[in-house]
Amino acid sequence: MESNRRKFLKVAGISALGIAGAKPVLNAFASEQEEEAQHADVEIRKNEKALTARQWAMVIDTRKLQSEEDLKPIIEACHKTHNVPDVMDTENAEYDEDNQRHVIKWIWEEEYKHAFPTKSTEFLDDRLKNLPFLVLCNHCENPPCVRVCPTKATFKREDGIVLMDFHRCIGCRFCMAACPYGSRSFNFRDPREFIKDEDRNPEFPTRMKGVVEKCNFCAERLAVGKQPACVEASNGAIAFGDLYDPESEVRQLLKSNYTIRRKQGLGTGPAIYYIV
Amino acid sequence: MLELTVKGSKKYFGWMALVLGVIGIGFCVYVWQLISGLQITGMSRDVSWGFYIAQLTFLVGVAASAVMLVIPHYLHNYKAFGRITILGEFLAIASVTMCLLFVIVDLGQPMRLFNVILHPTPGSVLFWDMVVLNGYLFLNLIIGWNVLEAERNQVPPPGWVKPLIYLSVPWAVSIHTVTAFLYCGLPGRGYWLTAILAPRFLSSAFAAGPSLLVLLCLLIRKISKFDPGKEQIQSLAKIITYAIILNVFFFFCELFVVFYSQIPEHMDHFKYLFTGLHGHGVLVPWMWASLGLMIFSIIMLVIPSVRKNETTLAIACIAVFAGTWIDKGMGMISGGFVPNPLHHVNEYVPTVPELVITIGVYGIGVLILTALFKMAISIKEEVAA
Repeated sequence: MESNRRKFLKVAGISALGIAGAKPVLNAFASEQEEEAQHADVEIRKNEKALTARQWAMVIDTRKLQSEEDLKPIIEACHKTHNVPDVMDTENAEYDEDNQRHVIKWIWEEEYKHAFPTKSTEFLDDRLKNLPFLVLCNHCENPPCVRVCPTKATFKREDGIVLMDFHRCIGCRFCMAACPYGSRSFNFRDPREFIKDEDRNPEFPTRMKGVVEKCNFCAERLAVGKQPACVEASNGAIAFGDLYDPESEVRQLLKSNYTIRRKQGLGTGPAIYYIV
Repeated sequence: MLELTVKGSKKYFGWMALVLGVIGIGFCVYVWQLISGLQITGMSRDVSWGFYIAQLTFLVGVAASAVMLVIPHYLHNYKAFGRITILGEFLAIASVTMCLLFVIVDLGQPMRLFNVILHPTPGSVLFWDMVVLNGYLFLNLIIGWNVLEAERNQVPPPGWVKPLIYLSVPWAVSIHTVTAFLYCGLPGRGYWLTAILAPRFLSSAFAAGPSLLVLLCLLIRKISKFDPGKEQIQSLAKIITYAIILNVFFFFCELFVVFYSQIPEHMDHFKYLFTGLHGHGVLVPWMWASLGLMIFSIIMLVIPSVRKNETTLAIACIAVFAGTWIDKGMGMISGGFVPNPLHHVNEYVPTVPELVITIGVYGIGVLILTALFKMAISIKEEVAA
């Protein structure tokens, strides 16, 4: 008797759990089907002016970027276009150290020894020693960040751009551990607090706290036929084009100049080339 | 059997209330973290994983160590461990639960957690970590529960449990291997980029877990009528001895490769941890303490008379546990992030809120462990009576 009742309660309990547990799963399936049905009617068309490529790449001519002043407008153009918060821009200086830890960067400057730590030497020539280097996401051909992402929130697009879905990212930061270039930033806090209304670009989404972000090679601008913001602001110091199109500007530059890439030995296939 | 967890002495309920209080405080701070984001932690753009993930790493090891009881008991038919295998399995349940909670408190967007299931990505090691951790939790729940129930009813456990027990052996190895693969497959992180990482993790786990179990057994003997047994504790002590020696040996293998090859990207992390780098070295005293504790414990454990004396054994176990905890729970994760891939040295120190949340999660583990151990011990007392 005792054992029968116990058994019944057990079965009843497990069944209740099963039903409760299965419901959201069933719902998820249902909504997926609905979504598919909706998608069937929608044809996604590319903008006629959209720029396409097999692997977008960039050649940065450091001979044309001599000083911090030359880099500043480029960085500003990018960060403004993409609503990248300037967390250092506060009146409250006592939080500076904290803010420094939470800084968001899509494109920024580094010294040679930091941009190319494996190539650095004590007896570097004076020009390189003092030259500011622009660094950004390398949109690797074989990106480790994409490999590790548990939700496909970071993915490689057919045109080679390593893109992020800010709405899918769970903020596990595995991609930040995987990136050998430190190209990724995490929103440790609400970034919107640091974007003034008058500075906000309504054409590009702002992010919420708890997600990772990085350079997107201006996918949203390429889609409407525009060059990336940094390229536009660089006065010809940055070239952008299809790595697999022999006629592209980047290929012409690669053919006629010696270029280096960051941590090439890791096999990630970085798509940012530097003329030094 | 669960009814046994709500029957007990005043002391038992007092302890549970205390633990619940700690959990409550941790939870409040977690709500604060949910509202204001991970900015309340010490993590940064450069050190993007900190204390939470480090505790996850350490506790996966404690969980996996249940296999050190399961193998002798079920594969070698070592009957003595029949008395305490359940304690190992219940320790595993509490530890894995803490692991999963540490993943959750570390997420920037925890409400999107189920994206991992909605968009399964077999190429991601984190996806597999979720699979093996949850699988291990359920395996131990099912096995532990059924074996204990059978013991209570004084019948042999149902036959279908056996295959699950055999499955739990490689599964235990897998949880810590996969956890090591989270780190050792990343191209730009020299500290972790080593094939010895998974073996190191396992060896330190098989030292730390049984050490904790020995301490728990000694405690159980003191506060309950159930005696886990002298022989059992001594067998655990031998396992700990082998495991901690292996762990230090693996560490020296790593040191040799790193410092004889002299490849800077690999050396710099060790330099940061053990001597400091460019004037930064918050972890230096800790890392030496860790190594010192492990070597000290080896010296104690290899001397038979010291190992056989339960008082000195307890001291050795504390040394093993503390040494391996510092190594994994403090050095392993931030050591891999400093210096960063651009060779900037930005250190990590956990903040008070971060520590309070961590203690809160440990509180949940202690709560589960107390309840489960209470259940197991009550049944052992019942059967003996």
